[in-house]
Amino acid sequence: MKKIETPAQAVSHIHDGAVIMVGGFMCCGQPIRLTEALLAQGTKDLTVITNDAGFPNRGLGKLVVAGRVKRLIASHIGLNPAAGQKMNSGEMAVELVPQGTLAERIRCAGAGLGGVLTPTGLGTEAETGKRKLEVDGHKYLLETPLKADFALVKASVCDRCGNAFVAKAGKNFNPVMAMAAQHTIAEADRLVLRGELDPERVTIPGVFINTVAVEAAR
Amino acid sequence: MTKPKPPQAPDKRERIARRVAAELAHNSLVNLGIGLPTLVANFIPPDRTVFLHSENGFIGLGPEAPKDAPDWDIVNAGGKPVTMVHGGCYFDSAMSFAIIRGGHVDVTVLGALEVDEEGNLANYMIPGKMVPGMGGAMDLVVGAKKVIIAMEHVNKHGQPKILKRCALPLTARREVDLIVTDMAVIRVAHDGLVLEEIAEDTTVEEVVRCTGARLQIHQKVGEF
Repeated sequence: MKKIETPAQAVSHIHDGAVIMVGGFMCCGQPIRLTEALLAQGTKDLTVITNDAGFPNRGLGKLVVAGRVKRLIASHIGLNPAAGQKMNSGEMAVELVPQGTLAERIRCAGAGLGGVLTPTGLGTEAETGKRKLEVDGHKYLLETPLKADFALVKASVCDRCGNAFVAKAGKNFNPVMAMAAQHTIAEADRLVLRGELDPERVTIPGVFINTVAVEAAR
Repeated sequence: MTKPKPPQAPDKRERIARRVAAELAHNSLVNLGIGLPTLVANFIPPDRTVFLHSENGFIGLGPEAPKDAPDWDIVNAGGKPVTMVHGGCYFDSAMSFAIIRGGHVDVTVLGALEVDEEGNLANYMIPGKMVPGMGGAMDLVVGAKKVIIAMEHVNKHGQPKILKRCALPLTARREVDLIVTDMAVIRVAHDGLVLEEIAEDTTVEEVVRCTGARLQIHQKVGEF
């Protein structure tokens, strides 16, 4: 059985300077109650690993606007003007990673692998500083695992064992991120009892989730 | 009584989208980039079933959702609420890019800032001006079986976008297969660019004049 907390309680363990992963793609499948709670808590100097910088007025994007993010590792920051401004002014360091490479770097951290070989980025600026390896005559870049202190993920339904169903296109980075952190918090729209979530419908196995955050946690 | 308006030249973007759509085979899996490539979906011939892949996590991308009933759990790669067609499926990002990188996407259609003679593509940044990040573009261009570039032939200053060598940072090397513009259809061959077709309202000379790379011109140049 997992710890059940409110969003505010769940993020209270996240300290200044923490490395966090945040699921979602342009706010779809993003644990917005958790990012709001983190904003309200005032946590700063965060390193954030996420697909994109979102929109300036919603979810994770607000943490960027508020200057709480010291370093951002993402594939796209184009729809949040604050991200580009803070990158150019030097206020926030940005590492841009091809989206598929980002997913695999996170996945391999959670799967106990030492890295992943990808052809993506060969011959581009994305190969800067990376080792190149040849396997069966094909060249690849060696991409290293990305881990975090905390992963903030979104679930449509969680049971009390932490098993999570994530609806539709909200899945995106949530399953791989849940695997790759020391402590994973799943924000659930709905919490159900053990036995009430069909095992066939589990998107993220409960084994990866430490805390389930719901508004009405007792 | 008002005079009937003279027939307008077909919108450039629509012409490009229509021509690209004709390239898509029945039962193929296609990923359309944001912007002009998205329009291609409107012109897929009705006798063909083409499934669209959305890199944020599904196959079966349909039209944009009605404004009064958006489902925020289904967005396209630009973050806009869309719909799903029958026969689609959802998956996470690792699976989505396994589909892309693993060579399971038949065609990707992307816009470009520059393309060159070697099939090199620059479409994700202008240093010092526009640095939005590559998103899924680098994976798509490397992984898709066929890469089609859909873009206007010249930039807003009238300068060629098809060059001998790209000057901007590359998205990928030697991956482009076909370039479709408002003026021409150009195939990237192993030894350079081949002019396949020209638009009905232009000439071979005009296309050559607006292109910054050498074009091989065979005897038969088609028209679209």
